[in-house]
Formats: sequence, C-alpha cells, structure tokens
Amino acid sequence: MEIIQILAIALIAAVILTLLKKEKPEIAIQISLAVGIVIFLFMLGKITLVIESVQQIALKANISPTYLNIILKIIGITYLASLGIEMCRDAEQNAIASKIEFAAKIIIISLAIPIVMAVMDMILKIMP
Amino acid sequence: MDIGLIFKIAGIGILILILDKLFKDVKQENIATLVTLAGLVVIFMMVIGLISRLFDSVKVIFQL
Repeated sequence: MEIIQILAIALIAAVILTLLKKEKPEIAIQISLAVGIVIFLFMLGKITLVIESVQQIALKANISPTYLNIILKIIGITYLASLGIEMCRDAEQNAIASKIEFAAKIIIISLAIPIVMAVMDMILKIMP
Repeated sequence: MDIGLIFKIAGIGILILILDKLFKDVKQENIATLVTLAGLVVIFMMVIGLISRLFDSVKVIFQL
C-alpha cells in the first residue's frame, strides 16, 4: 500500500522535474532531493522494524552487539553517501560525487578495523 | 504532511518560472533575477528543513 503512495509521489515529481529541468535546473535538483528525503522518511517505520528484528536474531545467536552496531553504522554511512553521490551526479558534478565516494570508503574502512583485528586474533588463536 | 511539502516546493518553483518569464517579457531583467533568487532561497529553506530531519532520523536509527 505504501508502494502506491511512493510511486504516486515519484511519478508526479518526475513530471514536474522535466518541466523545471530545462528552465530552472537549480530548483529541479532541490525537488528531486526533497522527494528522495520524503521517501526515506516515509520508510522509517519499516527500517526500524527490520533493524530491531536483526538485533533480536543477533541476541539469540549471542553475537556481541558491538559488531552489529558497527555494521549498522556502515549501512547508515553507505545510505547517506549514496544519497549524496546520486544527487551530485544528477547535478552533473561528477568530481564532487567521486570525492564523497572516496570519503565514504575511508570512513567505512576505519570503522571496520576493529572487526578485522578481532578476526586476526581469532585466527592466531586457532593456529598451532 | 511531507507530501504536501513537495507539492509546495514544486508550486513555488513553477510560480517563479512564470514570474521570471513575465518580468523578462516586460524587459525588467533585474527584477526577474531578484524574484528567481528569492524563490530559490525560500525553497532552499524548506529543503534544509527536510535535510535536517533526515540527518536526525538517520542518526537515531543507525546510531551514527
């Protein structure tokens, strides 16, 4: 049911954007950004549901919550980064888009270091 | 509520487009650019409100 509302918003916005794209590209970009954000805010309830169920599963499988938090952070960073990258590509700013991509990768790697260290320790323990 | 916001922004955008053309036909170039800038600022304020809401909700959900 939500998909119908989202589709309605997206189609109407697409038509309005084609109208504004030629004359006022600066307003067109802002409308497409607004539509992207509204659709995300629309999906908030479902995202929290999914994340809570994943956390419950992790608790049952007694995975330590710190690793799950890191994964959640990384998912959040990738979502925000891809939002920014597509927005910049939409505005024909490929240079800025690749800078965002570069920064996002560095942040994700820096977040993933503790997990890599834990895996290394585990392997060294197993090694004879 | 948010859906109305999008249509408000789109409405302002189209209004600016029309006003801009109107002033251009009347040979009032400077007023045309002023109207465009004013409309752009209004729309930007709305979009910034949306962006701040997005960042708050993402911070809460993903514990960023």
